Amino acid sequence: MHKEYLTVSNIVGPLVIVEKIAGVKYNELVEIEDSRGHLRRGTVLEVSTDQAVVQVFEGTVGLDIDKSRVRFLGRSQQLPVSEEIIGRVFDGSGRPRDNGPRIIARKRLDINGSPINPDARDYPSEFIQTGISSIDGMNPLVRGQKLPIFSGSGLPHPRIAAQIARQARVLGKEEKFAVVFAAMGITFEEASFFIEDFRNTGALERAVLFLNLANEPAIERIATPRLALTCAEYLAFELDMHVLVILVDMTFYAEALREISAARKEIPGRRGYPGYLYTDLATMYERAGRIKGKPGSITMIPILTMPEDDKTHPIPDLTGYITEGQVILSRELHRKGIYPPIDVLPSLSRLKDKGIGAGKTREDHADVLNQLFACYARGKEARELSLILGEAALSDLDRLYLKFADLFETEFVRQGEFEARTIEETIELGWKLMRQLPKKELKRIRPEYLEKYYSPAGPAGGEKSNET
Amino acid sequence: MRQGKIIRVAGPLVVAAECLGAKMYDMVKVGHLGLIGEIIELNNDQAYIQVYEDTTGVGPGEPVVLTEKPLSVELGPGILGSIYDGIQRPLDIIRARHGDFVSRGIEVPALDRERRWPFEPAKKAGDRVLAGDIIGYVQETPLIQHRIMVPENGDGEITEIREGEFLVTDVVCRIKKESGEIKELNLFQVWPVRKQRPVKERLMPFEPLITGQRILDTLFPLAKGGTACVPGPFGSGKTVVQHQLAKWSDAQIIVYVACGERGNEVADLLLSFPELKDPNTGRPLLERTVIIANTSNMPVAAREASIYTGMTIAEYFRDMGYSVALMADSSSRWAEALREIGGRMEEMPGDEGYPAYLASRLAEFYERAGKVVCAGSEERIGALSVIGAVSPPGGDLSDPVVQATLKVVKVFWALDDRLANMRHFPAINWLQSYSLYRDSLKKYLAEKVAEDFVELSQEAMKLLELEAELQEIARLIGLESLSYRERLILETARSIREDFLHQNAFHPQDTYTSMRKQYLMLRTILHFHHRASEALEAGKEFNDIVSLEVRDRISKMKYLPEDEEALLQVEKEVDASFKAL
Repeated sequence: MHKEYLTVSNIVGPLVIVEKIAGVKYNELVEIEDSRGHLRRGTVLEVSTDQAVVQVFEGTVGLDIDKSRVRFLGRSQQLPVSEEIIGRVFDGSGRPRDNGPRIIARKRLDINGSPINPDARDYPSEFIQTGISSIDGMNPLVRGQKLPIFSGSGLPHPRIAAQIARQARVLGKEEKFAVVFAAMGITFEEASFFIEDFRNTGALERAVLFLNLANEPAIERIATPRLALTCAEYLAFELDMHVLVILVDMTFYAEALREISAARKEIPGRRGYPGYLYTDLATMYERAGRIKGKPGSITMIPILTMPEDDKTHPIPDLTGYITEGQVILSRELHRKGIYPPIDVLPSLSRLKDKGIGAGKTREDHADVLNQLFACYARGKEARELSLILGEAALSDLDRLYLKFADLFETEFVRQGEFEARTIEETIELGWKLMRQLPKKELKRIRPEYLEKYYSPAGPAGGEKSNET
Repeated sequence: MRQGKIIRVAGPLVVAAECLGAKMYDMVKVGHLGLIGEIIELNNDQAYIQVYEDTTGVGPGEPVVLTEKPLSVELGPGILGSIYDGIQRPLDIIRARHGDFVSRGIEVPALDRERRWPFEPAKKAGDRVLAGDIIGYVQETPLIQHRIMVPENGDGEITEIREGEFLVTDVVCRIKKESGEIKELNLFQVWPVRKQRPVKERLMPFEPLITGQRILDTLFPLAKGGTACVPGPFGSGKTVVQHQLAKWSDAQIIVYVACGERGNEVADLLLSFPELKDPNTGRPLLERTVIIANTSNMPVAAREASIYTGMTIAEYFRDMGYSVALMADSSSRWAEALREIGGRMEEMPGDEGYPAYLASRLAEFYERAGKVVCAGSEERIGALSVIGAVSPPGGDLSDPVVQATLKVVKVFWALDDRLANMRHFPAINWLQSYSLYRDSLKKYLAEKVAEDFVELSQEAMKLLELEAELQEIARLIGLESLSYRERLILETARSIREDFLHQNAFHPQDTYTSMRKQYLMLRTILHFHHRASEALEAGKEFNDIVSLEVRDRISKMKYLPEDEEALLQVEKEVDASFKAL
């Protein structure tokens, strides 16, 4: 049996300080029993010869100094896993919340994981077709990538994430596929939206859900994404599945981390967030990827709401430095009634180059993508100019670009929530828009592709390639 | 070995008592697992230790073993083509022995102890040698000859030297020192990472590091032995710039330090380098490359050490007389590691919570670059160029790491969010960037590239500056208000931007441009400008001039092969089309 301590000396925010301890290890799991016999859990954040600082997941409400009993469990937090885990719903600490039985563990895995050896990583290069043109065409996602959605309050990121989860597939392949979903601090309604959507599409049967809702203890959120990722690693690298991990909302996670940091009176970094926020986020995001010689993969879509839509806020900023690109939602497009309101220009997929092209999507994909970017950027500049000087002040060419930008938003970006476009359709749509512009304006496209695809009635024109 | 006892554990910081006699920056082994750490503060008998591995499960009472040696690297054959973590543990071997995830407390020597290397002596018994002199060669890779040097304190007379196949640990040479003591040399030496390797003399850089990237070579060149920094917000292409330099720059040895960055980027390097060929020799680029990978999810303290590990390896190859380029991506992550450890030690913070010694540490690091006469009696010249990426929060250049870096580096390649959004890559802002080497490289460029190369690049720069001014005016009062001469400047500047500065790293032809081709491309663009100005003077229609078909040819020059004839042809076509106007 574990030794019990009645030596709590101090309770501050989510932290409990225990005195006169012996044999306690850093990062060890702790059980605290309050005066009514209720159990809570926590971990050791700092330990010295006679004192341990414990962070309590369920919060410290109702704990007292003289009657709380503390037990150190001699191991770090673990997640029991087996094949049975698929289709289950857990709370933020990994306890079943679907009235189902406990998981009979085939294995118990440390939720902190270990870093993937960089030498063991396989470079992600399999194109995932999400059916959303502004992602597939402009910022393609590949298997093993971590691509966050930077959103704002009130923007339809849950619908986009659900659409991706529903439509994502690798061309020409039928493989074992699973969704791991972790909710940190989102509302009951948002969580229900996802669950309903997963249920309607049958995805729930191959999903694992970890839910920590807005009214549940904030500190528990520190563990939630780690539980989800541990589960994803098990499914991907031991059961050879392709796993899509959706984490919402990372902003609430970071706020929980800030709360602990403040309670420990640490020197804050920017905006009160701890200086180690980057490292902390990285230890989670970097768990996505592929491993050489293993068929499974972890693709990650973390979602975060940018405070005041500010991309330079520490949470999106540090996330952007770790993830392989970002999909940014635009309030302006949303106001115009365009779904999905993906702001194509500042969005980016860093891993696209090895995932697209001949044999993967289409030979001209990279050029088309670059050209569409350049044209849309120029069109948006023309739009700004026309706002200041009036449309009459634009040159003929600029007017063409302006028209291009409008069409790009209403035809290319806009699509239905249940509309899944193939990559062929997306690229052809891009060509359709580019034909609005004179041929010599399309400088980013290699001459041979321009020859082949520009004129739809040409000898090897668009119609033919449409069929393949 | 002497032992202390742990009294406190707080993340990567461990405090141990009973450590009297331990020295600053000595390496220690922490806890029952034997995690590797380094002493960073001493207080009476207490040692503050930064631990290079995750400290989960370590607690007070566990032992700390003092090795009484500073954190060091092994320098010898077998480094090239390797991938190491921040403290020079070979990740490929760790993977083979311990699986796909990095576990803790692993001890693996940095250099392969079982591989035999053919050693060819360059000296004979009876020769007098100084520290730094080359005693012989090992052909480490088909591309690079490893020069075995006399280590520090090795001055004396060779009494014995052997030829043949040896392990790195075998004795290949004996030197009788002045004092009569015999020093045995094997194929490798050990050097503490935080100590600069000695040189005989420092020189001023005068030769450019050719990178094949047009905006860098033509407008903002870096010298061999110089320092550069690449700051930019996320998504602006820092890593692509660094990768391009690692792939194409004409340094002989590349040390790439992936410091706190993405694992997939390291995988990209590892998978693409064996396939990429050195343009001069046709050998795989990996044969001249060392990768230090301490990705963002690996322990934070090892990230702090990683840039020193990389720097020491780079200095070692420089000492052989090679031109070495070190890329550090990213120095901000290193600074954050410093901040994290500083915070846990409860130090008084400076700007943005960074420790007060941030600027001096950065300056010290960049100052280890340079063009030098190597140690030893031979007049070998080596160069070590350093290119550091900086990732300021929100792309804000007032960030303390950017500011401290700019004080020491001579070349500034400013990455720009706006350009990146327009997919203008490399997204280097031509108005903000600078190179302080432009003057010192002038002579070399005029001799080796072309007489008028520097003038052309200055003219291009001037046109780009004029463009910014004219655009400002056009934005306020409309394009119509500009004269045709001014509108021609706008057109030419646009051509410089889109046809010359814009470069696609993923296009097989466009990814690398030789100096000669860069020169001809720029010359053709400016030739068009001059001819167009003349034509305007002569009363030709502006619209006719700017809609000349030959402009399309100019814009496609970047995709032409490196063929003198074909490139010169475009210039001739320019002349022909103006004649026909």
